[in-house]
Amino acid sequence: MGIRAGLSGVAIAVLAATSAYAQTPVKIGLITTLSGPGGYLGADIRDGFMLAVEMGGGKLGGIPVEVAIEDDGFKPGNGKQIANKFLQNDKIKLFTGIVFSNIANATVPDIVDAGAVYVSPNAAPSNFSGKDCNKNYFVVSWQNDALHEAGGQDATNLGYKKAFLLALNYQAGKDALTGFKRYFKGEIIGEVYTRLDQTDFATEMAQIRAANPDVVYQFHPGGLGITFARQYQQAGLLGTIPMVVAEPSMDSTIVKAVGDAAVGVNVSAHWNTDFDNDANKAFMTAWRQKYGADRVPTFYASQGYDTALAMGAGLKGVNGNLDDIDAFDAAMRKADFHSVRGAFKFGNNQHPIQDWYALRVEKGADGKPFLKTLGKIMSDHGDAYAKDCKL
Amino acid sequence: MTLAIEQILNGVQFGVMLFLLAAGLTLVFGIMRIINLAHGSFYMIGAYGAAFAAQQTGSLVLAVLAGLAAAAAAGAVIEYVVIRRLYSRDYVQQVLATFGLILFINEGATMLFGREPLYVPMPAALSGVVQIIPGILYPAYRLVIIATGLLVAVALSLFVNKTRMGMLVRAGSTHREMVRALGVNVRLLYTFVFGLGALLAGLGGVLAGPVLAVQVGMGEQILILTFVVVVIGGVGSIRGAFAGAMIVGITDTLLRVLLPVVLRSVMTVSQADALGAGLSSMGIYLVMAAVLLIRPQGLVRVQS
Repeated sequence: MGIRAGLSGVAIAVLAATSAYAQTPVKIGLITTLSGPGGYLGADIRDGFMLAVEMGGGKLGGIPVEVAIEDDGFKPGNGKQIANKFLQNDKIKLFTGIVFSNIANATVPDIVDAGAVYVSPNAAPSNFSGKDCNKNYFVVSWQNDALHEAGGQDATNLGYKKAFLLALNYQAGKDALTGFKRYFKGEIIGEVYTRLDQTDFATEMAQIRAANPDVVYQFHPGGLGITFARQYQQAGLLGTIPMVVAEPSMDSTIVKAVGDAAVGVNVSAHWNTDFDNDANKAFMTAWRQKYGADRVPTFYASQGYDTALAMGAGLKGVNGNLDDIDAFDAAMRKADFHSVRGAFKFGNNQHPIQDWYALRVEKGADGKPFLKTLGKIMSDHGDAYAKDCKL
Repeated sequence: MTLAIEQILNGVQFGVMLFLLAAGLTLVFGIMRIINLAHGSFYMIGAYGAAFAAQQTGSLVLAVLAGLAAAAAAGAVIEYVVIRRLYSRDYVQQVLATFGLILFINEGATMLFGREPLYVPMPAALSGVVQIIPGILYPAYRLVIIATGLLVAVALSLFVNKTRMGMLVRAGSTHREMVRALGVNVRLLYTFVFGLGALLAGLGGVLAGPVLAVQVGMGEQILILTFVVVVIGGVGSIRGAFAGAMIVGITDTLLRVLLPVVLRSVMTVSQADALGAGLSSMGIYLVMAAVLLIRPQGLVRVQS
């Protein structure tokens, strides 16, 4: 025994002491879509999230973090696989990143059932907002239906009476039209669900033309939104039948890609680049500095950023210690951060209660189309499922 | 009524696009006896070539030429490097080799152009609607696609029936050994046929670019239906490819439009649309099965 044991004892003590000063970074798993037509959505969420980490000097809420990023390739199976890998191999307890609701439906249950926490920067399917809510599941973006309830209210405010609806045929698409119908006071004269892999909307355009509605409401996020808007214009419908959409169908990347054909479209949103609060000004300044004035952030980037801040508030509340997940959940619930949207708090189902605004695509002074904020549609709006959640 | 006419036009346009791909595939399959799974890749290469040239130069003519040249060049290179070694091999090895080609070309496209789709600006003159008959509006560009496809069909038909090269192509399809025995350079004939097939597929890609998004994997989506068209129409026959393409295009479009309407009376809209989309894809294969049961050689018999 003697000297050797004594030396190793000293060594262990020294190591333990130094580790108390140098905190091991908290690992965060970011699973998102980085390829295909939905690729730029995941890229913006990632870049918004990492911008917040960078602005914190590699820390969120003063706690050092290490973010592992992987691409789910728009396949639910991949999302599930990556999550299980992170849970089992890397022992990650904090997850975020998923863009699409079908991937969320496959991946989130595995995460929360394993006792880890998932904070959603985008997808918020209705089936997790009500009676299947979970104490380890937070949403920073919106509840899927609520996003389109604002759209329905926008269409009603604008005075439209007959609407033709289109959405992608997956969970978020169904939530979209359910939400729209809850708040639209006019008549629905057509409802079409398009396939996830569909790139040609010629038959749908013909149906719209034949139905002759006052307004078209469509939900096609990402690259499909670009394709839809272009084909809408090619079919000659753009000048004759106005479009009202929610943010995902007309984000700033879609506006840029579609060009002048997008001018005049009404958009319901919870965030825009021109919001006047301090948190947003800091975000926009930092973003422009890093990515230049040419790359306009979409709301996905703002959601990634807000998610990072929300996680930071949670981590600060438990001083980076994730051994007691319930304590972390309690800290998260306080939403002790300044959102770039302005007013933000969590409802009892841990989904946001926030304001919704009416935007329109207009032509800027430089001749290029951009999203302009016109006014508020709803204040402190939660969602229709909170009452079913037992939390 | 106007809706029905517009949907039929949509079906014709889809059929024309399938014909451009199927014509090349049926010639390659019929004359060279090669199953080329990478045929859809020529479609993608044509689309990317045109999109890239359009972004760099902004010129419509240059974009079209670049797309066609890219597809034809790719066809020549692939024929020389890969296909030549497959002439004497059996079908399984051809499928394996050309499937590997698909993966290789897709990765190459990802490395060159990234994972996000490219959007080709539509030539301004064609971006509106045209009133074909009073009361019926149809996008001008899709009319151009239909017109181009029909022109290509006529040109191919004239070529195959009226020129010496076309005669060799027909002969090579039905009496290959005799053609070789008569001293015709069959190697050159094969290279020409393969290049022509690649060029036609590339033309399809160039035309599709402004309408759809140009992205990696776009060829595989349309390739499966192309094989169905070739099987229905009869291997080796261009007339068969045209007939098959029109049948598949119009049937698929009309099924996609009518089935959901019928199903909505018995289930929710979202379920009806999903089931309708699934059943209409199945419908095409049912048509193929029916044709194979009645006329196993396809609609237009070519083999003697």
